[in-house]
Amino acid sequence: MTAAVSTEATAARESAGRPRRPQRRRRWTRYILPAYSWLVIAYLVFPILVMVLYSFNKVTTGLPQISFAWNGFTTQWYQQWNAIPQLTSSFWLSIRLALASTVLATIVGTLLALALVRYRPPRFRGKGFIEQVMFLNIAAPEIVLGASLLGLFVTLNIARGFATLLLAHVAFSIAYVAITVRARMAGFDRSLEEAAQDLGANAWVTFRKITLPLIFPGILAGALMAFALSIDDFVTSNFVSGAAVPFPVWVYGATRIGIPPQVFVFGSAIFAVGILCALGSIVVGRRQA
Amino acid sequence: MEQPVLANHPGLVTGRRRRTRPGKFLAPYLLALPAGLWLLILFLVPLVVMLSLSLQSCNTATGACVMTWHWAEFGQQLSLYHTQFVTSFYFAGAATVIDLIVSFPIAYWIAFHGGAKKNFFLLMLLVPFFVSFVIRTVVWEFILSDQGIILGNLKSAGILPQSFHVLATGYAVVAGLAYNYLPFTALPLYVAIERIDKRVLDAAYDLYATRRQAFLKVILPLTVPGLFAAFLLTFIPALGDYVNQQILGGTNNTMIGTVIQNAFLTNLDYAGGSALSAILMAIALVGIFAYARLLGSRTIEEYL
Repeated sequence: MTAAVSTEATAARESAGRPRRPQRRRRWTRYILPAYSWLVIAYLVFPILVMVLYSFNKVTTGLPQISFAWNGFTTQWYQQWNAIPQLTSSFWLSIRLALASTVLATIVGTLLALALVRYRPPRFRGKGFIEQVMFLNIAAPEIVLGASLLGLFVTLNIARGFATLLLAHVAFSIAYVAITVRARMAGFDRSLEEAAQDLGANAWVTFRKITLPLIFPGILAGALMAFALSIDDFVTSNFVSGAAVPFPVWVYGATRIGIPPQVFVFGSAIFAVGILCALGSIVVGRRQA
Repeated sequence: MEQPVLANHPGLVTGRRRRTRPGKFLAPYLLALPAGLWLLILFLVPLVVMLSLSLQSCNTATGACVMTWHWAEFGQQLSLYHTQFVTSFYFAGAATVIDLIVSFPIAYWIAFHGGAKKNFFLLMLLVPFFVSFVIRTVVWEFILSDQGIILGNLKSAGILPQSFHVLATGYAVVAGLAYNYLPFTALPLYVAIERIDKRVLDAAYDLYATRRQAFLKVILPLTVPGLFAAFLLTFIPALGDYVNQQILGGTNNTMIGTVIQNAFLTNLDYAGGSALSAILMAIALVGIFAYARLLGSRTIEEYL
């Protein structure tokens, strides 16, 4: 029964989503838009290809810096990926920071999303205010967030380091997580929870057995968002990092003295992992649909 | 789903929950409390602290600040750095306009003709985000450098004069900004165009609209909210950006973000930096409030 309904639904969705061919497709001009679009995609991908390519570039001068000229193919930098201790430690710091920030932001953001999806005034006074704060948090220029956080830490005499980085990263991730989770919860059927409660499940059991599995894809999407935001953040991190230097801040500092090829190795590795995760989530999403 | 729950708690079947527990009334507030506190202490309070810092007088050697209600700080900073504000407006504005023009056709194409590959094309739009922002900008420095893969080859082919350069000019900064923020423009536009009911378009054609008329009178007006969101999500971050300017722009064409960064991190001029940040925030707030007024603050969520 459920299977039959879902196949019907899928069929209906597919027929609705099928692109309707305009009756009169005209001349050569119909190639303009696709050609242009592929050109834009090529433009977006081009610098990434350059990065991957130059991570295999030989260095002929004595200095371990990437050179603009192509000197021949080598896998040397992949073999010596951890030859620069500060770079490697900044990378691991970024990973630890992103993991910690993801866990905290996902928990806090999901709870907020639950509150926003389920309650409205008068049960939940101040909902509109929280939504406006989230909007402001997302739309405000990041440099203002970073600078104001630094101002706070300086005023309170808080030493900058991993803790301040973590506080800041969670602060700019919460709104994104809450919005992502909330969007995925839009079609959530509350009658399932009521059914569980009618069958005697307490609030915790209902949450663990019914709510959590149903909103889990949303939470996962929110967590991926938080991780991506954290690991790539430069502006805020640069203000609040102090002695603990995350990967993007280290790379930015290195631009003054010359970029070691290992930076592109790390860049390529992060890119590969990120793309695999994204493709995986597309595949999982297709299977669920 | 229900079966195991029932099996685990056979004795509780009749124990319906009372709906009048105090916890029930507190539930929304308890759920929102951690996030609310976090945003209060690490987002709203810092903004207030920033305002207060900008009115204080700071010892730039030690970084210690005393409240002096120095309102003139804003005027002084503006008169010192108005050129940098103007430059930021020019660069961010140029990059935003370029992004809107470049990304509208591709957003349109994916929305109307993407077919089954829509997700793949959207991933392609997002592809720059899988490389660290700073590294992306560094790669552009490579690409645009005088002896790099493009200019170097064009010069050795004799197409460009040897003295030609792009790096350390405003063009390089705008190019970098346009590249880095293109996904922020393309995705809201895609969402807006994708949401257009195709039957409205059919109706326009049935009423003998030409393709141009259908575009100008149906598609374009319906994408105005998306255009506004795209503008906001591109222009505001680009306005405060200093990475592109620092890496691609050389020592000229300083944008306001660079000034703020130097004030805080190099000169320890917390009062001046805070005043400039407050001015930048005020400028951003104009756009943010206009958006919230016209379209409602929640609509931005649809475009993220």
